Amino acid sequence: MKRVAPIFTVVAAIIAIWYVAAVFLNAPFERDQAERAGRPIAFSEILQRTMVQERPILPAPHQVAAELWDTTVTKKITSKRSLVYHAWITLSATLLGFVMGTVLGIVLAVGIVHSSVLDKSLMPWIITSQTIPILAIAPMIIVVLSSVGVTGLLPKALISTYLSFFPVAVGMVKGLRSPEAMHLDLMKTYSASRSNVFWKLRVPASMPYLFTSMKVAVAASLVGAIVGELPTGAVAGLGARLLAGSYYGQTVQIWSALFAAAIMAALLVTLIGMLGTWVNRRMGVRPEAAR
Amino acid sequence: MDTQTVIKAEKLNLTFQTNDGPVHALSNIDLSIDKGEFVSLIGPSGCGKTTLLRVIADLEKPSDGTITVNGMTPEEARLKRAYGYVFQAAALFPWRTIADNIALPLEVMGLDKAEREKRVSENLELVDLAGFGNKFPWQLSGGMQQRASIARALAVQPDMLLMDEPFGALDEIVRDHLNEQLLKLWAATKKTVVFVTHSIPEAVFLSTRIVVMSPRPGRIHDVIDCDLGENRTLDIRETPEFLKIAHRVRDGLRAGHSYEDV
Ligand SMILES: Nc1ncnc2c1ncn2[C@@H]1O[C@H](COP(=O)(O)OP(=O)(O)OP(=O)(O)O)[C@@H](O)[C@H]1O
Ligand SMILES: [Mg+2]
Repeated sequence: MKRVAPIFTVVAAIIAIWYVAAVFLNAPFERDQAERAGRPIAFSEILQRTMVQERPILPAPHQVAAELWDTTVTKKITSKRSLVYHAWITLSATLLGFVMGTVLGIVLAVGIVHSSVLDKSLMPWIITSQTIPILAIAPMIIVVLSSVGVTGLLPKALISTYLSFFPVAVGMVKGLRSPEAMHLDLMKTYSASRSNVFWKLRVPASMPYLFTSMKVAVAASLVGAIVGELPTGAVAGLGARLLAGSYYGQTVQIWSALFAAAIMAALLVTLIGMLGTWVNRRMGVRPEAAR
Repeated sequence: MDTQTVIKAEKLNLTFQTNDGPVHALSNIDLSIDKGEFVSLIGPSGCGKTTLLRVIADLEKPSDGTITVNGMTPEEARLKRAYGYVFQAAALFPWRTIADNIALPLEVMGLDKAEREKRVSENLELVDLAGFGNKFPWQLSGGMQQRASIARALAVQPDMLLMDEPFGALDEIVRDHLNEQLLKLWAATKKTVVFVTHSIPEAVFLSTRIVVMSPRPGRIHDVIDCDLGENRTLDIRETPEFLKIAHRVRDGLRAGHSYEDV
């Protein structure tokens, strides 16, 4: 209860501010309309109308909620008008890209930790890769791949991979290097092999780092998948909904797609967090520290 | 019984390069330890006791001088698992239970499961931790963790034990008890023990020889023979022989840090 109250307060405040902003931003249109029709308009009428515009500048919260409800619950999942259908298209690319990114990140980290040559040669490239704006790269990846016949899920997943391998690689390099000097000395006194040091010390020590970086990575994957849907003018996916919405000025649709993406990101991050807590608990990490 | 030199250090020097300039941690250390001896290193904080132990264990390389362990270089001896090392802190892996921590070196050595379990339970008993095998380190007190780390070193059954203030974190009663246990173990197995301590009674009670060190630069100030006979018990601490040796150790320590009296 103690944790719910502050969250609830913040949500209530945001919704209140949102309503005020909606009135403020949508009012000029109503005044314009009234002026053109040459009739006076009362503030109470403006207030009413700003809540129900078809193409508002900023849709009111209940409009977005209604649209979300309408496109998830009342539409068949296989329908092109179902948000669940579009979310699934994006989610599948996100998950594939996330898995590939995590594997790539871990492989790179293992290489970097075990070889100073790789450390010196790879690390600068890994960092440079993230300084290039994804919006510049995404169209190129999509165009190049489609020219060799690869379309659909994989190109989007590759953009997700591109974004998600980075936090995992950086986090795991840190995690695999996290054992204390004394623990490393201890293994040395046993004249333990490199693989023993790796599996019995470095890997378990890196677990908290892995899950922290995976949380960042899964969110980045989702961004990657959505960005990957934009340049092709894709017909399906949350990115496509955003694009179509902005073509036709369907702001309610844009906002509901945004919310769908945010809810999905929150669910994915929470899921990874729970997985991390479970693994840490099984590894005997002190409950308070696991959080 | 023919004596056999296990550790031989000659003109050993070690200088750490730090940001504030060089620290001369060991200066002209000459020390020879025979098989089956129990040698204590005692001296004020920062006089290089840990450093000397780490050089023997090949965790630190001397800058100058020679040292052999079992007639080999320390590195060769380490690769042959010649010793068990007890660190100044417990250094348990937080993600392993106490039993699994003790089993760690046994896993590295490739012992089978039955043998590992046997040694784990034997050594848990030896340090009075039977029944705590399934606990995680954070569920134990600092002293219990330290005892677990001693059990871990003993489980390896090495011919030589290097112990860095193993009982420093324990209360007097537990310390006395473990002192007796260690003495029994040493008498029964004739292991060579190099033992760092800050406690004069502990050093005199356990040792066959006491090496008094002094700081800046870390060097050997005095070496005191002190064999109080086999099968001694803690009662010996009241005897005149005991007190005489303790007195000499105390004098050595005082002389080593006389500058602090000023
Ligand atoms: N890795 C290191 N780098 C730099 N200086 C070091 C290092 N290890 C130890 N020293 C220095 O060497 C000296 C001896 O340290 P050492 O740890 O051997 O002391 P000690 O006798 O074990 O002390 P204590 O009784 O407090 O454990 C100290 O002055 C310390 O600051
Ligand atoms: Mg020390």
